[in-house]
Amino acid sequence: MATIYIDGRPYEIEEGQNLLQACLGLGFEVPYFCWHPALNSVGACRQCAVKRFKDEKDERGEIVMACMTPADEGTRISIDDPEAKEFRAAVIEWLMVNHPHDCPVCDEGGECHLQDMTVMTGHNYREYRFEKRTHRNQDLGPFINHEMNRCIQCYRCVRFYHNYAGGRDLNVFGCHDHVYFGRQQPGTLENEFSGNLVEICPTGVFTDKTEKRHFTRKWDLQTAPSVCMHCSLGCNTLPGERYGRLRRIRNRYHHEINGYFLCDRGRYGYEFVNCERRIREPLRRNGHTLQPVSWEMLRPQVAACLADSSRIVGIGSPRASLEANFALRTLVGPDRFCGGMSAGDDRLVTAALRILQQGPARLPSLNDVRRADAVLVLGEDVADTAPLLALALRQLIHRKAARVAQRVKLPRWNDAGIREVVQNEKEMLFIATPHSTRLDDAALKTWRAAPDDLIRLGFAVAAALNPQAPAVTNLPAEIGSLADEIARTLGGAERPLVVSGTGCGSEALLQAAANVAWALCAQGSPAQICFALPECNSMGTALMEAQSLKEVVDAVQSGRADTVIILENDLYRRADAAAVNALFEAAQHVIVIDHLTTATGDRAELILPAATFAEASGTVVNNEGRAQRFYRVFAPAGEVRESWRWMQKMMTAAGNTAAAGWQKLDDVVAALAEALPLFDPILLAAPPAEFRQMGSKIPRQSHRYSGRTAMLADISVHEPKPPEDVDSPLAFSMEGYDGQPPADLIQRFWAPGWNSVQALNKFQAEIGGPLRGGDPGRRLIEPALDAEITYFKKIPSARPADGEWILVAVHHIFGAEELSMATAGVAERAPRPYVALNADDAAELGTAAGEEVEVRWNSRRHRLPVRLMPSLPRRVAGMPVGLPGWPGLNLPAGARIFRGDDHD
Amino acid sequence: MDHLKNPLTANIRPGKPPFSLKEYEQAGGYQAVRKALHSLTPGEVTAMVKASNLRGRGGAGFPTGQKWSFIPMGADAIRPKYLVVNADEMEPAAFKDRMLLEGNPHQLIEGIIVAGYAIQADIAYIFLRREYTLPAKRLKTAIAEAYAGHYLGQNILESDFSLQLYLHESAGRYICGEETALLNSLEGRRAAPRAKPPFPPVVGLWGKPTTPNNVETISNVPHIVNHGAAWFKGLSHSPDGGTKIYGVSGRVKRPGAWELPMGTTLREILEEQAGGMREGFKLRGVIPGGGSTDFLMEEHLDLKMDFDGPKQGGSRLGTGTIVVLDDQTCPVGLVHNLMQFFARESCGWCTPCREGLSWTARILAAIESGQGQSEDFARLQKHTRLLGPGHTFCALAPGAMEPLQSALKYFEEDFNRHIREKRCPWR
Repeated sequence: MATIYIDGRPYEIEEGQNLLQACLGLGFEVPYFCWHPALNSVGACRQCAVKRFKDEKDERGEIVMACMTPADEGTRISIDDPEAKEFRAAVIEWLMVNHPHDCPVCDEGGECHLQDMTVMTGHNYREYRFEKRTHRNQDLGPFINHEMNRCIQCYRCVRFYHNYAGGRDLNVFGCHDHVYFGRQQPGTLENEFSGNLVEICPTGVFTDKTEKRHFTRKWDLQTAPSVCMHCSLGCNTLPGERYGRLRRIRNRYHHEINGYFLCDRGRYGYEFVNCERRIREPLRRNGHTLQPVSWEMLRPQVAACLADSSRIVGIGSPRASLEANFALRTLVGPDRFCGGMSAGDDRLVTAALRILQQGPARLPSLNDVRRADAVLVLGEDVADTAPLLALALRQLIHRKAARVAQRVKLPRWNDAGIREVVQNEKEMLFIATPHSTRLDDAALKTWRAAPDDLIRLGFAVAAALNPQAPAVTNLPAEIGSLADEIARTLGGAERPLVVSGTGCGSEALLQAAANVAWALCAQGSPAQICFALPECNSMGTALMEAQSLKEVVDAVQSGRADTVIILENDLYRRADAAAVNALFEAAQHVIVIDHLTTATGDRAELILPAATFAEASGTVVNNEGRAQRFYRVFAPAGEVRESWRWMQKMMTAAGNTAAAGWQKLDDVVAALAEALPLFDPILLAAPPAEFRQMGSKIPRQSHRYSGRTAMLADISVHEPKPPEDVDSPLAFSMEGYDGQPPADLIQRFWAPGWNSVQALNKFQAEIGGPLRGGDPGRRLIEPALDAEITYFKKIPSARPADGEWILVAVHHIFGAEELSMATAGVAERAPRPYVALNADDAAELGTAAGEEVEVRWNSRRHRLPVRLMPSLPRRVAGMPVGLPGWPGLNLPAGARIFRGDDHD
Repeated sequence: MDHLKNPLTANIRPGKPPFSLKEYEQAGGYQAVRKALHSLTPGEVTAMVKASNLRGRGGAGFPTGQKWSFIPMGADAIRPKYLVVNADEMEPAAFKDRMLLEGNPHQLIEGIIVAGYAIQADIAYIFLRREYTLPAKRLKTAIAEAYAGHYLGQNILESDFSLQLYLHESAGRYICGEETALLNSLEGRRAAPRAKPPFPPVVGLWGKPTTPNNVETISNVPHIVNHGAAWFKGLSHSPDGGTKIYGVSGRVKRPGAWELPMGTTLREILEEQAGGMREGFKLRGVIPGGGSTDFLMEEHLDLKMDFDGPKQGGSRLGTGTIVVLDDQTCPVGLVHNLMQFFARESCGWCTPCREGLSWTARILAAIESGQGQSEDFARLQKHTRLLGPGHTFCALAPGAMEPLQSALKYFEEDFNRHIREKRCPWR
């Protein structure tokens, strides 16, 4: 601790901070632009000027930039000093020289950091009387709107995009008062974290283009804490709604997970909630069509379908909440419930879970990942399957920064200085994958190989670390020395980490990764292991000890069951179409509960309209094993309701009393924890519905929510009673506790004088640190620290050089995930099915980019256009997975590839 | 010319090509390299330069020997180490480095080798102003000769010392003269200054220890090594050692540049060297050290032009290249011209410089064209105060404010007349 003096009063602060951090942490109002807690200090904007005094006797003092000045013991400063105040107001006035003052038509208006800082400094009359400079804007693609005239040149956009996220196509051009931030040519921003520019930009240069089409001011949005549904990481989000439409997603800071940032799939994938494929009312099959019908009409039919409970099976979903899955499990019974994952995913996620539960290696949070100092990424294209994990790995460079900072005695927060020292040196990151990834530029070494060879590398690293781990025979010298180098680096690190995942489709790969982590643990290293999983609740469904999809399908096909209830799941993404068709032909009754029409829904007898994540509350478990609650953002119209409530209604209709006592979400959670004690911690994952702050609920609507009495006046002049929320301490109202809610229930970042997202400073226990009261969620999985290590031993043999083709999965951040594809901008950026080949292989086949070849694997054959992917090893072909109508299941697989005009 | 009195310029032949390697050697050239490499340790060279009181001729006047002593030395020092010669002479009215670059490139190269030896540099760069095409041509020839003569390259003159020297021609920005912006530019990055700390001796070019020095500074080094620190100090009329190249431009009888003892008075430079004012012109003031120094007035003419003298009149020695303002030139126009230059040359990194200079230049343009407002004078004064040292990221804007603030002080009535009469009285 250090004591600093601010305007004559002493304050205790944590050492090693700069003055700006320290002042903000103490609650002082110091304006800033270029500084950002994740990007640190560069001293460009000069907004955070304060007066520093040498000692008690110094009365003159000197102006310093708070962000560039260490808050050392005994530092004396004045924030209120007239000269400092005058200078801060002058900086705003300079920024306003060219700012267009178009706040009324600017999407940032009302949550603009520039507005907030302007008011904070007291500047209100601009004396500048000459022409303003103007810029030409660029079309930056479907996600980001560009309005350069508003720019105040804080350089945060390039510093985030370039330095933090590794993007290369946004830069700064020009000089003097004509500095331009954009691309060299107009065009879609390539980096998958481009959406963060919306929140990084302190004004309206970069705004959300998807929101622009249905724009709503921050104060008019109804918001609630939520969790991203578009990958397994569980980033925290703040969706906003008005008039029954989801308008946007913003980041909800979680110190252990996403921090300040989201990926573009998470930020922009929300439009499925509003899309035309939404199911808004119960549907019943009438011949070839599904027709709307009320639940009351449907009830007897459901009761009849469910009359014989022993003949029902339930297929849950890794994209549905724990509560929805558990309600289905309750309805059909644990023996007839499956988690709804594909056979491959089921096998892989279960294997991952077993490794995490039975081994000594701990599962890291993304914050732990950011603090790792040596990493092996084995087989997983994290940039596409778990983007924020890739972003966290990119920050490894800060470990190096910490070391060099010590050497040259620079404070950690001096970003500009530290970057000069670090230059382009690479951090201890090794990436071994079948093809190149967008994280490669941050890696010290990359290696490309077929899945079996990657597995062998993993096993070899483990063996090099620990002789107890099984050795790999016939290992080429080159791979052996790479394995040795990785082993040496990980073995010498303080916080080594092994990253793998299900994306490569190989169980042995996960086992190889486990061997590496465990071999490190056996040396006494605090090694961690992290797996990217397929979906937002893959971990949750795996933890439910469900049956496999195959067992459930078999039950129907063998005649042991005749009714199938399918929860928020499109089975055509889970199994081959033939198998799914066979299931539907064998089943007498198919009931689907979902929010979107799917190929599976098209085969249903009855469809019940499920609420999306934005309309339902529930719990999902991320890849870290952290159970997190998401809350309804708005109450949907009509008969749309939470899936668990549909299950309960069906049970009631069928006379099943198992769920009769469920009044609210907490009751379902309690029943789940009772049935499966492993879920006990989720009772603490969120405050109970009865929780009140100062006796009040937490309002989802802001204190400036406008038009409340008028917005439905076209229907009735009587203002309707707002919907009640029995499931949570949040209310669909402007009324309630208007202070800071507990961290679990933060529904917006807003504080007096801080209308922009930067209000977040006021919600953190320390600037850039955890939220006040601790970050939300509860971990369900902890390592078996004292367990004896039993290394995996099944090592694949080396791949013959002239062996058959191996077809591997290629994941695309835009395209591989089901729900986000309903967003036009995401679909626009998704590829069409293709087969990727190494250029030499393509030449050998006599084909070229864009030409069609025939690919045969697993008794399937498809004609696909060729895409050249230079990084693929010889005779390894890549195929995108998860595209609509193109699930790409059961990869990797042996394959045969023929040129378009070859016949056999 | 006496090479013991005018060491820098003794071997310069105005109007003729510079010495070739052979001519330079015949005139005693490269003896300092031989002496340093064969009989002095790097520490001894640095100690000599320290003892000579040589101060940086780029304008800041930092003691050169002290600067070198910041470079980590010894076997475990980080390598490579760099010596960077700042030949980006873009200060308005400065042309003294050009004289040395065009007139005697071998002198500079010899200085580079000796300085490089003192800090045990591996690589040296000359960062040359874009417009200096003749110096570029002459330097290229001289560097090639020096390599051929084994003064550069591996194991120079069979010693253990090796040095590579490269000429880098700038893309042409004033800010590159700022030493850390220069380093960024050399690395192929935007020429914006770097945050300090870290300082170049610890974290410089490509993150490695680096000494940036001015052309005139380095050109002095061989002579110090040849003739000793005491001789060098004795050249001067002030505690700052050596000679100084002073330049004069404006309506004087003989504009030009001369090597004179450091500490020669303004009056002597203007009256004896430059021959006084041209007939019909009266002196109104001078900018003593290039565009970013404060005006000095008639009453300051007896100040010594060393690093401390001009301070007594509220100005700086800067580059020592003097601009004379006469009574038939509009001081507002002069300052406007300077502000336009500085505003254009701002790198755009920090707010006060990027926006403040441009605004200042526009106000001056308005006043000069008769569009001035009565509040403009106060606005300009406010800017000179707010763009002061420490307020901006580097010294560009504070430097730009120096001629403006002193013009506002000394020529207030000229500004007011412009505003009152809504025109420039000189037009």
